[in-house]
Amino acid sequence: MAETLFEKIWNAHVVAAETADTPAILYVDLHLVHEVTSPQAFSELRQRGLKLRRPVRMLATLDHSTPTLPTNDDGSRPYANVEAQAQVAQLEANCGEFGVELHGWDSEDRGIVHVIGPELGATQPGMTIVCGDSHTSTHGAFGALAFGIGTTEVGHVMATQCLLQRRPKTMAIHVDGQLPPGVGAKDLILHIIGSIGVDGGTGYVLEYRGAAIEALTMDERMTVCNMSIEAGARAGLIAPDDTTFAWLKGRPRAPQGEAWEHAVAQWRALRSDDGARYDREVRIDAGAVKPTVTYGTHPGMAIAMDAPVPAATNAQERRALDYMQSRPGQPMQGTPVDVVFIGSCTNSRLSDLREAARVLRGRRVADGVRMLVVPGSEAVRRDAEREGLHHLFTAAGAEWRVPGCSMCIAMNGDLAQPGQLVVSTSNRNFEGRQGKGARTVLASPATAAASAVAGRIADPREYLVEVAA
Amino acid sequence: MKPVTHIQSRTAVLPDENIDTDRIIPARFLTTTTREGLGQLCFHDWRYQADGSDNLAFPLNRPEARGCSILVAGRNFGCGSSREHAPWALLDYGIRAVLCSEIADIFRGNALKNGLLAIVIDELEHRWLLKHPGIELAIDVREQFIALPDGGRIPFRLEPFARHCLLNGVDQLGYLLQHEKAIAHYEQQEQAA
Repeated sequence: MAETLFEKIWNAHVVAAETADTPAILYVDLHLVHEVTSPQAFSELRQRGLKLRRPVRMLATLDHSTPTLPTNDDGSRPYANVEAQAQVAQLEANCGEFGVELHGWDSEDRGIVHVIGPELGATQPGMTIVCGDSHTSTHGAFGALAFGIGTTEVGHVMATQCLLQRRPKTMAIHVDGQLPPGVGAKDLILHIIGSIGVDGGTGYVLEYRGAAIEALTMDERMTVCNMSIEAGARAGLIAPDDTTFAWLKGRPRAPQGEAWEHAVAQWRALRSDDGARYDREVRIDAGAVKPTVTYGTHPGMAIAMDAPVPAATNAQERRALDYMQSRPGQPMQGTPVDVVFIGSCTNSRLSDLREAARVLRGRRVADGVRMLVVPGSEAVRRDAEREGLHHLFTAAGAEWRVPGCSMCIAMNGDLAQPGQLVVSTSNRNFEGRQGKGARTVLASPATAAASAVAGRIADPREYLVEVAA
Repeated sequence: MKPVTHIQSRTAVLPDENIDTDRIIPARFLTTTTREGLGQLCFHDWRYQADGSDNLAFPLNRPEARGCSILVAGRNFGCGSSREHAPWALLDYGIRAVLCSEIADIFRGNALKNGLLAIVIDELEHRWLLKHPGIELAIDVREQFIALPDGGRIPFRLEPFARHCLLNGVDQLGYLLQHEKAIAHYEQQEQAA
């Protein structure tokens, strides 16, 4: 029978089948760990006298609570508070005690968990991947079934390498046509979430497919899959293809030599069969996507930046517009900006930094605007510095930081002040997400950079054209 | 986990839709390494004024909402992050059940694993409950209905395994550990492939 990509991966990982009374027991191939959602799980294991079932299937890093400023003169790190420092120390101790590979401060590979998994080649097609982090959906870009779990489940995977799961429904998102010049993956996914709604994907695994998806680079596919959770879907998938294989080849944890050829042969079967049935199908016209931003307080409140902000239809939307100070009938384009943040597991990879740099080259961040550029990993930082991007950013007046989640979750001290408007390449524009009272507008790296230069939300296409001329 | 069979309480209502996990517990409080004591941080930036005093516009600060352990919230409660700190904070605050026409996936799973009843109810009944804060409800987990003061009943359906675990205080990790043989078998086959 014709199967979807999701069904193929799911079926290959069932340890015990689902029944009316019990969920399936699903095997987990890769468990990613960071400092925020793991300490209570390690404690639970310790209390019960349990060991990790397969520590080799785990990979840990420090990213959420870590400062992005360089070390102090005395070699200490400028943590936001003692709790953040203690949390990092706790993960270091836990990984030491339980024997987990940790990419900590002294690792050349440290970075945001969803950036380093793929970089190291740990993320591979056909795998099941989990992490105590909702943006685990990022890894779906490689044709892996990847989703966020809570801390209790982190403990389940540590002790048994398995999860109890009911099979989700499937939704195909066909993206036909071609994205217009100057319009990117971030615009596309904001457009998709704006179309299906902030809860449109609840209960589903999304499969992005169609010509516009196949044309995306791996970095762009990660941006799209990353935000699947912002539509309520736990996972997003893209079938692996030659783009995927070329990207993975030679990475440290990827299969090598003959094993590589064997793996690729198997991975080629990881696509939805003709005639496979989804529970729901949605069609999106890539050609109609414009530079897109959010105007409210959840990612589903997204529109083309030159389109008028819709009037509120209920108290919730009124509250969101009031909080954002967005004016119905007026476009978001032109709104004055206080802070610009380029980073996060959505948009902190080398191509994102290059995109911002293309806009900033030969220009300056507007007076009164603060701009932070936070690479997703040490590898991204090295590559960017090799190209001189750090000089370009600092010459333009931006701050060049040490890798981490930074202002996306704003728990490490990087945050905006009450009332400030932040154009951010991250994934969530919830009230207070980037600091109490801070107003977040989600955007692509190009839009964020253009807005930094203009001091107002600006269309990056005007800047990209000038550079090309 | 202790068994959860019945919850009886007046309702408190938060009618906003899409109440995300950052609103339930702001990220800056996630530096904790324990599960305890998060109740005082629950809804922190909504519940308190800048000077630390209670925000009287926050519905749960109203006198009639104090002590209520059943929360009726607007659609898509718990959207956003996977932080289990959200149900830990709600439980420590005193909330034992959340009723909603739609609840975000990860939050719902996390809540049920901690004995917080995350219950999806029909849209019409949800709308009615949103408009009638403070009514006394009795939730029966075994029979899967919510009793109204007038004798009416709102049916709901929990995922059967989650319900079984709630009723019997089943430890899900213990359940998984019992499947050691099946897991080992899977791993052997995987290695052979």
